Amino acid sequence: MRNRFYDTVTDLLDTHPRLTVVLADIGVERLREQAMVGVAGGLALTGMRPVVHTYAPFLVERAYEQVKLDLGHQDVGALLVSTGASHDAAEEGRTHQAPADVALMAALPGWTVHAPGHPAELEDVVRRAAATDDRVYVRMSTRSNATARSADGRVQLVRGGTGPLVLAVGPALDDVLAACAGLPVRVAWTATPHPLDAAGLRAAAGDEQRVAVVEPYLAGTSAAAVAEAFADRPVRAVHVGVRRDVEVRRYGTPADHDAVHGLDPTGIRRRVATLLR
Amino acid sequence: MTTTTADRRLSGPPRPGTSRPPELLRLVALARGDEKHDPSVPSTLDVLWVLYDAVLAVSPDRVADPDRDRFLLSKGHAPAAFYAVLATKGFVPESWLRDGLGATGSRLGHHPDRVLVPGVEIGSGSLGHGLPLAVGTALGLRAQRRDARVVVLVGDAELDEGSNAEAIAVAGRLGLDRLTCVVIDNDSASHGWPGGIGSRFAVEGWEQREVDGHDHRALRDALSGSGSGRPRVVVARTVAKNPSVATARQEAMA
Repeated sequence: MRNRFYDTVTDLLDTHPRLTVVLADIGVERLREQAMVGVAGGLALTGMRPVVHTYAPFLVERAYEQVKLDLGHQDVGALLVSTGASHDAAEEGRTHQAPADVALMAALPGWTVHAPGHPAELEDVVRRAAATDDRVYVRMSTRSNATARSADGRVQLVRGGTGPLVLAVGPALDDVLAACAGLPVRVAWTATPHPLDAAGLRAAAGDEQRVAVVEPYLAGTSAAAVAEAFADRPVRAVHVGVRRDVEVRRYGTPADHDAVHGLDPTGIRRRVATLLR
Repeated sequence: MTTTTADRRLSGPPRPGTSRPPELLRLVALARGDEKHDPSVPSTLDVLWVLYDAVLAVSPDRVADPDRDRFLLSKGHAPAAFYAVLATKGFVPESWLRDGLGATGSRLGHHPDRVLVPGVEIGSGSLGHGLPLAVGTALGLRAQRRDARVVVLVGDAELDEGSNAEAIAVAGRLGLDRLTCVVIDNDSASHGWPGGIGSRFAVEGWEQREVDGHDHRALRDALSGSGSGRPRVVVARTVAKNPSVATARQEAMA
């Protein structure tokens, strides 16, 4: 996904004169994150379209006040693209992990958050976002699904039928499909967790009153949006994601961490099955 | 550096190079609804007036002109003087000042909001944001081959915020010669700046000037022109916010 991002941006720089990459173009490097986002705000104030890229914890967490004030409060936009989703960098440890990034970005007004599940989806959302002045956060991952889908912001039904609805976000889809094999559930998917397509979610759920959301970042990030989507009726919702209650002090592989958080097919299946009892 | 000279200047008769128009002083008095930051109003008033009266190429009919000069008030804590200057120059109507700063429905808050006030280039209040924004603005203008200047005003205590260090280094290295940073030095930084504030910029490649922050002629000279291939810092000295604390700190640093 990362290489696809570099290729896409390089291509866009040739055709979009307003586009400025706050990293390679002006030499702000990978550090100085506060200035990096502040500079992006200043560029946007002159009508440029800044693209800001670095590791998720340094882009979202270290520079969070800059994201809030130098972009949002100034009423300007930017395209922020992070790498190192959740525990993609398992070997690097906690310092290089920011599973709360989607929740943090969604807490600020006016942001759209994409979590593409395939390099082709990544290219699609980057191209579209680069052509606007919107505030867009794209969360890249080293994980991806086998096939690309249409990352158009909608919630799409992937596997119909009856029973509880399981919504997979971004790269979680293949694991969700594996986890739900043989279970009487439906599966939907989106690459855009914020704002969540409430109408699409309701359409996919039909009259069903049991919903599971599998989001490969902080568990329950979408809880408020799901509750809002079903405000008119009682719905049981299970949220599978990165655990909030512990800091996992171990290294290893992303798959190891998935197992710890219950984000591997076994863990997902266990949680979804609770809706079938 | 002693503060007695600046003390006398604020309380005594105007110096030859200094003239605050009566209209401006009247509007400052009108705008003073912000009790909390009131002591800092006189520290910025002369710099702001000189900028808008004699330095910046900007006017109410040019607030959307991409080639206008930009003034970014990073230290958004003393807005009465800023609002008064904007009103004197016709950017905002006088009636807005009369409404009271921070009142329900007022466009003029205790910290300025660019979305609410014509002529205000950035919303500020949280310290340490203006300089990085100014660096980005200067870069954006340079990328578009525009010649407009960018002047950002910070306080000496504001430089305690680490984000400024990042921006000072970047601006120096990139040679942003259309960028000027005015530092209002009222000696209120928590631990002072051994070697002087200007040296912190100079070591990163900035051109440095130091002036009496209330001498209009000296300010105009220091703030005008550019083209040295380097960004410029203008340290504008003013009366110490808390003279006894400042003196004790200077003795400790000596």
